[in-house]
Amino acid sequence: MTDLTAHVVILGAGHAGGTAAALLRQYGHEGPITLVGEEPIPPYQRPPLSKAWLKGEADADSLALKPLEFYAEHDIDFRASTVATAINRGAKRVALSDGSEVAYDALIIATGAHAIALPIPGADLAGVMFLRTAADAEQLKATVGPGKRLAVVGGGYIGLEVAASGRALGAEVVVLEREPRLLARVACETLSDFFRSQHEQHGVGFELGATAVAFEGKDGHVTGVTLADGRTIACDAVVVGVGAAPNDQIARDCGLETARGIVVDLEARTSDPAIFAIGDVAHRPMPIYDRMFRMESVPNALEQAKQAASAITGRAPPAGETPWQWSDQYDLKLQIAGYAFDVDEIIVRGDPASAKFAVFHLKGDLVQSVEAINSPPEFMMGKQLIGARRPVDKARLADPSVSMKEVAA
Amino acid sequence: MAKITYIEHDGTEHVIDVKNGLSVMEGAVKNNVPGIDADCGGACACATCHVYVDEAWREKTGTSSAMEESMLDFAENVEPNSRLSCQIKVTDELDGLVVRMPESQH
Repeated sequence: MTDLTAHVVILGAGHAGGTAAALLRQYGHEGPITLVGEEPIPPYQRPPLSKAWLKGEADADSLALKPLEFYAEHDIDFRASTVATAINRGAKRVALSDGSEVAYDALIIATGAHAIALPIPGADLAGVMFLRTAADAEQLKATVGPGKRLAVVGGGYIGLEVAASGRALGAEVVVLEREPRLLARVACETLSDFFRSQHEQHGVGFELGATAVAFEGKDGHVTGVTLADGRTIACDAVVVGVGAAPNDQIARDCGLETARGIVVDLEARTSDPAIFAIGDVAHRPMPIYDRMFRMESVPNALEQAKQAASAITGRAPPAGETPWQWSDQYDLKLQIAGYAFDVDEIIVRGDPASAKFAVFHLKGDLVQSVEAINSPPEFMMGKQLIGARRPVDKARLADPSVSMKEVAA
Repeated sequence: MAKITYIEHDGTEHVIDVKNGLSVMEGAVKNNVPGIDADCGGACACATCHVYVDEAWREKTGTSSAMEESMLDFAENVEPNSRLSCQIKVTDELDGLVVRMPESQH
């Protein structure tokens, strides 16, 4: 039964939680909405923190999902600098860090993920930073600049975006990656090699196959990163970008089903029908791949916010989506659709040397994912092919003189 | 500042005062106007802020970049007056602008 006057409590005021609150009002929800956020500011976009914002091309107002007044105007009780400490499912109440309790009819857990710390000596030195929150980004921006030496631990997308922004701000940048190539977990070798060469052209140094074993410091501030081979890379600041883990402890503590995050269905509903989980914290089904997994992306946060808000207000669920994400580095626009599950063949369309190409990952003659560099047609059409589960002619796909519209026809 | 009229696919109108410097997309999203998803927040990466610019305003809203053109080419229900609203910057010149939303952004 849909009750548009129910009290909805949302734990977590990131992109997922903030969007869920706004969509509930858009969808006609009349009951009270409480939005509980750990950070002191209302929901904002995180992706620009490592991109436009870090380079000074966007300000705090432009990052905010909605202006602060929005929450009061739409009768959304936004509780800043507050976290939930426990969920009492029997009583349908949540205990908060300020000592208060709130009762809920429907609860949305949108607590996101946190940056994983390196368990090595010196990790608590000043100048060893992460990039997850606006406050992290402020600190990083205040630290890097001309003449500063920045060491980035982790050659994933966050690390590379920070490296690009660091160079734009005039810092010397070296990226330390444990694996023998960049983006090892998420991209194929063609793309790894391409990004390495682009970053090298922009003056970024690389240490691949390099495991950081300690941070060195002087007077409490980091001065270098020591590697397993005994060398120490001198630096004035470090950004650690080695992945994120879900903030799902509160769900585990109250007995909700969890896997690599909180287990939900296609309505974003957990094993407790009154509780939803959305965004980076959720372990969710993805029908086009016939499996469940956890995603860390804005499109996923938005999609699941729609799922939960639709279920709570009795609307039809959103149509199934094709997951996607993007990255900007220098003048490169990378757009990724899908995930490379069960791939048996990789087709590179176009010439990487031209900085305009796409990498298609196939399972048989089905496109599983595409990574498109400065190639919107390949991204847009590839995304449609992934969603439609329609076989493609691989020879035509590999031939850039055949347009993507013809490939998909 | 420009007064912009956003018209949903079902005809519902939203008249919003949008500050100079924001994009037409931001004017909608920050005021919770339905019908513009803007998944990527204005990076010209997703084509989910597609609008139809009222004929009278096509010249003043300028022309699309190659990237925008290329993204639009693969969006659904594209018309000659289609634009990505994240790529239209608001100025006093656009006071009175009318844009319509497509049936779906996906």
